[in-house]
Amino acid sequence: MSTPSLNISGLAFAYPDGNQALFGVNLTVDKGERVALLGPNGAGKTTLVMHLNGIHAAQRGEVLIAGKKIDASDKANLREIRAQVGIVFQDPDDQLFMPTVREDIAFGPYNMGFRGAELDRIVDDALAQVGMSDFAERAPHHLSFGQRRRVAVAGVLAMKPEILVLDEPSSNLDPASRRELASILKSLDVTILMVTHDLPYALELCERSVVLSGGLIAEDSPTRALLADGEKLAKYRLELPAGFEVTA
Amino acid sequence: MRESGEAAHGHHHGHDVGERLYIHRHSPIHELPPHFKILSLLTFLIICVATPIENYWAFIGYGLLISTLLALAKLPVFTILKRATIEVPFLVFALLMPFFSKGERFEILTIEISRPGAIAALSIITKGTIGVLTAILLSGTTPAREILRGFELLKMPSLLVQIMTFMLRYMNVITDELERMKVARLSRGFEERGIRDWKFIASTAGALFVRSYERGERVHTSMIARGYNGELPKTERPTITKSNQIFAAVIPLAAIAITIASGAFA
Repeated sequence: MSTPSLNISGLAFAYPDGNQALFGVNLTVDKGERVALLGPNGAGKTTLVMHLNGIHAAQRGEVLIAGKKIDASDKANLREIRAQVGIVFQDPDDQLFMPTVREDIAFGPYNMGFRGAELDRIVDDALAQVGMSDFAERAPHHLSFGQRRRVAVAGVLAMKPEILVLDEPSSNLDPASRRELASILKSLDVTILMVTHDLPYALELCERSVVLSGGLIAEDSPTRALLADGEKLAKYRLELPAGFEVTA
Repeated sequence: MRESGEAAHGHHHGHDVGERLYIHRHSPIHELPPHFKILSLLTFLIICVATPIENYWAFIGYGLLISTLLALAKLPVFTILKRATIEVPFLVFALLMPFFSKGERFEILTIEISRPGAIAALSIITKGTIGVLTAILLSGTTPAREILRGFELLKMPSLLVQIMTFMLRYMNVITDELERMKVARLSRGFEERGIRDWKFIASTAGALFVRSYERGERVHTSMIARGYNGELPKTERPTITKSNQIFAAVIPLAAIAITIASGAFA
């Protein structure tokens, strides 16, 4: 058994205004697994994601990345963790802040200390992985939404993360971009945790799904079995698109 | 090659603030590394501004020099003139000076004119025009991103360069957002009719501010997630050829030569 990429135990968190978002989350994601994190709006998904690289510090419980505990008070530890956990945020415009695609992808590995020819090679590899090699010198503003999301993925892949965390990867994508992104994600040899409302997308990409509800992991099962269980779906306010049916 | 100036390809939402001033050509001025270009043109401007306007010959020389550079850069004359119109409000102000200034007066065509006012106006117009033409030369031959790179290479404080870099990147995002808000307003039957509608415009501006502030926070989070530690990646120094160096030096040297020569004339 190799060390799991992600191991969360007893994680609880309340916002400064007293609003408690997480009540003791336990979750383990093994190396190479692709897991969908499902749940209605306000279930605490984003709060949970913010704990995965120490943007929020755990108030109770702990988060281990590849066996190493996140310690938000230790800068060196955070630097290491942030290189290992690649978060792709929902709005690519929030993530692509450099003037050109190439510079943006270089941002992460540069902060990790790569320079010169090696940095160029990392950027080129990441671009190739998402099929955006021809767009390196383009300004992010000149790309379509789907292309921008792919570049955002590349910017994170360039850091060679242990685990890739995607926040709503299929949102706002047209069907072709959606399919392209799915095949890119499938081709990657990396652990993936995917936050989504898009159940067919979860089914296509992830063997396993967990449901976050009321600040706890309420379900943990094979995606297909979960989506075939109408009662459970209704309980967690999860809905398949009309006309879409899954059999176990 | 950078392609930033070309709006034709890719997905593109119309305006492209920040890159639209650049005109792609091949010229010795385009090829000048940005920090050399900035330093060279800035020195030229300082010499020009420091020259007293009574040295008329010098300004004819400066005018010829900047025109030669614009011609070398192959910038279209019409575009230059169009961009130079930004100066018009200042010209109007300058043209009023001879009539309202104090001091020794003389008469032209029965109109009384102040001599110091006329000289000051001439100084503003001449130096202003040369300044505007120089700015057009820099912005027309250097993509906005390269100008920032130039500032960085000239050791401008990193925080200022970062702020300008983000401005360049998000100006487009924010103008698009503003455009969408405008369309949404129009779609609900809003027509701007006058001062009473300004409160709607003001609340749009307010909403845009809040959105931009929130975006700023999200951008910051995503920067931290990729290991931001207070600095943007340093760009590597561009290769500088001998001819670059000579060219960059020639501009201020020519200006100095003109100043000296005009002194000799007078």
